[in-house]
Amino acid sequence: MPTDSQKMPNNSPPLEFKSGSFSVPILILFTNDLKFIGQQLHEKVDLAPEFFKNSPLIFDVQELNKQSLDVDISALVIVIRQAGLLPTGIRGGNIPQNKIAVELFIPVYSAHSINITPTDSQKQKQKIIVPEPIVDVITTTTMITRPIRSGQRIYAAGDLVVLAQVSAGAEIMAEGNIHVYGSLRGRALAGVQGNVNARIFCSDLQAELISIAGNYKISDDMRDIVSKKFVQVYLQEHTLIIKDIE
Amino acid sequence: MTRIIVVTSGKGGVGKTTTSAAIAMGFAKKGHKTAVIDFDVGLRNLDLIMGCERRVVYDIVNVIYGEATLNQALIKDKHCENLYILPASQTRDKDALSQEGVGQILEELAAKDFKYIVCDSPAGIEKGAHLAMYFADDAFVVTNPEVASVRDSDRMLGILASKSRRAEQNLEPIKEYLLLTRYSPERVRIGEMLSVADVQDILSLHLLGVIPESKSVLTASNSGTPVILDEKSDAGQAYVDIVARYLGEDKPHRFIEEEKKGLFGKFFGSK
Repeated sequence: MPTDSQKMPNNSPPLEFKSGSFSVPILILFTNDLKFIGQQLHEKVDLAPEFFKNSPLIFDVQELNKQSLDVDISALVIVIRQAGLLPTGIRGGNIPQNKIAVELFIPVYSAHSINITPTDSQKQKQKIIVPEPIVDVITTTTMITRPIRSGQRIYAAGDLVVLAQVSAGAEIMAEGNIHVYGSLRGRALAGVQGNVNARIFCSDLQAELISIAGNYKISDDMRDIVSKKFVQVYLQEHTLIIKDIE
Repeated sequence: MTRIIVVTSGKGGVGKTTTSAAIAMGFAKKGHKTAVIDFDVGLRNLDLIMGCERRVVYDIVNVIYGEATLNQALIKDKHCENLYILPASQTRDKDALSQEGVGQILEELAAKDFKYIVCDSPAGIEKGAHLAMYFADDAFVVTNPEVASVRDSDRMLGILASKSRRAEQNLEPIKEYLLLTRYSPERVRIGEMLSVADVQDILSLHLLGVIPESKSVLTASNSGTPVILDEKSDAGQAYVDIVARYLGEDKPHRFIEEEKKGLFGKFFGSK
């Protein structure tokens, strides 16, 4: 039994390990010219500053090592940080590079074989930096089977399916769509990371608040919504539309 | 196997202590060795309802701090030899309780072959209420038929489902039962009170029983005899039913419909 109950009045377990998978952009380098890399990174980031702001990034030096081009890992890390990105891993580094990375508290990932045909690599050399495509459709679905009670909050990184009621005073949020097969009396926020195509599906809409990508309606605005009917909520030109599902 | 039951509600004044006293007495009268623990440190009441306030020497805080043994602190009920009361401390506050200490007391009671341990939770969702429910196997959620009480119960149910030992250790969740207290079918009829159906719709919870609004509850509290011992009163009978239902007997619900005058106590089933 822990003895520091004074510090933790509720004595909840101090930590828990869970596995999770994330999609993280990977930066594949084809040059060791740090100045050039910095310049290119800034250009990329400027295209979508909000998206890239503080984004985690794994850099891949496999191609450089194939061409025996050495790169100063600590300087590279500084360049990446200056661009507003947070380097969270190295891939394809050799032993000294990995050693430097670990000293900088940057985890080392094992290199997958990346098949790049010579012509591709030739083309990409001109572009210099090719971040891997970022998956924008998250396919994970969170499933909840017990009622979500007043005061509880649920956050789903993808879609959220609730097979029970959501009580008044509860809050459910999803980056994707929300499905509630029960009475929805609390707050439901879909597309919380800005996905305007997210929708809310619900078998009994009595919500305190519904929101899609920040556009919301409160229950006062929904007085004429008939409860106990299947409806969907979607966004059309910044307006929330609530429609029956026949 | 010992079964730990928490009587909880979130909101105050809904009948947690009355219920704790009644069901603990009910289990004991059925022949089960039962302990009832007052977790309301600083606002001790259970001893009054149980009529043992003159016999309190040591309390739960003394036991936790090792100033008394559990045997010294347990008070044997004067009505029923199977029933023991562990009072709260009146001079301390809830922070005097620790999860470790409460866990040890419950373990010790289980080792003494107590069949049922009833934990009378204080109002609120802070430390006292948290510790009362943390180790529970079953929860009796006491609710009055009004919106504030229902919402607070809903909040408490959320805490039971996420902050209890069973939730933290990924065990089978706490079994939750709804007890609707201070129910008045007349006031439901004229729209002054939520109906059983309304409350069940909001909480979607298994209804263990309805306790009617009754003068006998106040009388029983003031005289220090749990209302379940007043066999003539409707509230007393409702608690007898609740204990029987919890122990697996099939009893139709009563006190949900208005009683017709002139007929000899017409009882209705809920379904």
